[in-house]
Amino acid sequence: MAKQEIMTINMGPHHPSTHGVLRVILELDGEVVVNATPDIGYLHRGIEKLSEDKKYLQVLPLTDRLDYLASGSNNLAYILAVEKLLGIEVPRRAQYIRTIIAELSRIQSHLIWLATHAADIGAVTMLFYGMREREYILDIIEMTTGARLMPTYFRPGGVVNDIPDGFKARVKEFVDRFDVKVNEYERLLTKNRIWMARTKDVGYISGEDAIDLGLSGPSLRASGVDWDIRRDESYEVYDELDFEVPVLPEGDVYARYMVRMAEMRQSARMLRQLVDGLPEGPYIERSRKYVFPEKERVKDSMGAMIHHFKLVIDGLAPPEGEIYSTIEAPKGELGFYIVSDGSPKPYRLRIRPPSFVNLQSLLTMCKGGMLADVVAIIGSIDIVLGEIDR
Amino acid sequence: MSSSWNRQNCQNEDPEQHSAVKVLRRDLADAVVEVGSFRGEVTVVVSPERCIEALTLLRDDPDLAFNFLSDLTAVHWIDREDAPFEVVYNIFSIEKKVRFRVKTRVKDGVEVDTAYGVWRTADYLEREVYDMFGIRFAGHPDPRRILNPDDFEGHPLRKEFPVGGQVKW
Repeated sequence: MAKQEIMTINMGPHHPSTHGVLRVILELDGEVVVNATPDIGYLHRGIEKLSEDKKYLQVLPLTDRLDYLASGSNNLAYILAVEKLLGIEVPRRAQYIRTIIAELSRIQSHLIWLATHAADIGAVTMLFYGMREREYILDIIEMTTGARLMPTYFRPGGVVNDIPDGFKARVKEFVDRFDVKVNEYERLLTKNRIWMARTKDVGYISGEDAIDLGLSGPSLRASGVDWDIRRDESYEVYDELDFEVPVLPEGDVYARYMVRMAEMRQSARMLRQLVDGLPEGPYIERSRKYVFPEKERVKDSMGAMIHHFKLVIDGLAPPEGEIYSTIEAPKGELGFYIVSDGSPKPYRLRIRPPSFVNLQSLLTMCKGGMLADVVAIIGSIDIVLGEIDR
Repeated sequence: MSSSWNRQNCQNEDPEQHSAVKVLRRDLADAVVEVGSFRGEVTVVVSPERCIEALTLLRDDPDLAFNFLSDLTAVHWIDREDAPFEVVYNIFSIEKKVRFRVKTRVKDGVEVDTAYGVWRTADYLEREVYDMFGIRFAGHPDPRRILNPDDFEGHPLRKEFPVGGQVKW
């Protein structure tokens, strides 16, 4: 009888399938995973500490850099938290525009997930297809906000500028195109024998385990838990939209793939309704003291200039209090817990990143599986290290 | 109670009417230190010795069923001399769709009991609180730093820690 030996190997931090600088210390018995310990922090920038030294508006650009594949969602989560703290109301048109950007971000994030996840398992074609469609979304975001990846587009009380001419047509064009393309992706993968062999019954996690470990978002819904913050604790205009929340009971990598594919279709469906229902009206309430005056007026109006100056120097000072505000980000529950001491800087700003908490499920999913499946499982949790390490 | 800001749910309703507060008052009245609400979010401060008991009660009570630990973090109130550290549990019930917040206040150097036995989510979150604030959790299965390197000195989210860092690079 050969003696049993546990071998420890490092996966990452420079492994292409870890999607950034994730290091996983794997303990193997032959090819079977006995233990998997993630080692994180390579990208730690101390955003929570930096935020305590910045005014509320200055924190906004930092949030873009959390989950850099869905910056619009991070902005939205932060702005909603600040608005709740300040007690600000937002014009309807601005809410619609924000929801459009957030849903575009979700499709963009899911496309990158699909592209890289499929490439990890060997379906390299998908990488190019995913990147191609993502480019359309980046173009729309660029024409609206001026930036491709880090839009910093939302402000307390609305959005920074109105949507440009031709925006609606571009989004519609994208959605029409995208509906066809999703079918194409599914033709490539869903019934593909190799894809199914690599993903079915791999990385199983039960619904109870997933809740106990704090899994959220599409990964949780693939374990049969029917919970989506957009529907259950509606924010912005989600309560007016007609959409379904895809839930699957299997809890394996394939189910997580199927849930995200269905979610992309639902997002496209929402985008259609949002563009059709986009109301006229102000995109930001200029009369409010927490909103910057128009740049043109600052140059020739004394009042506007003083207003602008006061906002930059004094900043926004919310009342004393604490709030916890969450949204359904592409990767799960993204929450901001802000404690205000009445000064224009947050006394404590805590980011509850979905990827960080979701990563805890890795061991449960990997244990007893094969080494090669770890790659598929990491891809299926959909992590972004910018958000894990902050 | 919805998590997002809208006009209806942000009235400061009486926190004593919240179902979770009622249950805590009924079964663990001596553990409750303070009850408050802001923008419709109810917060209960419990004593550190009874904290895990209170959290277990909130999880297991069939009318509350707070089965999801949304977030666990801490706040350093440097000016408070008696108990400068506040450990904050933001909990959620997937079944009832209700959010709730529990806090407990401790002195520097005092251990807090781990919530790992209540929700396993607390594993990483408590490691992060230890890493950032230096609060130790008694009974935690893996009490190491998580984001900073193991040989890092100090706890960055303490208020006395300078933003620029303690070491010149």
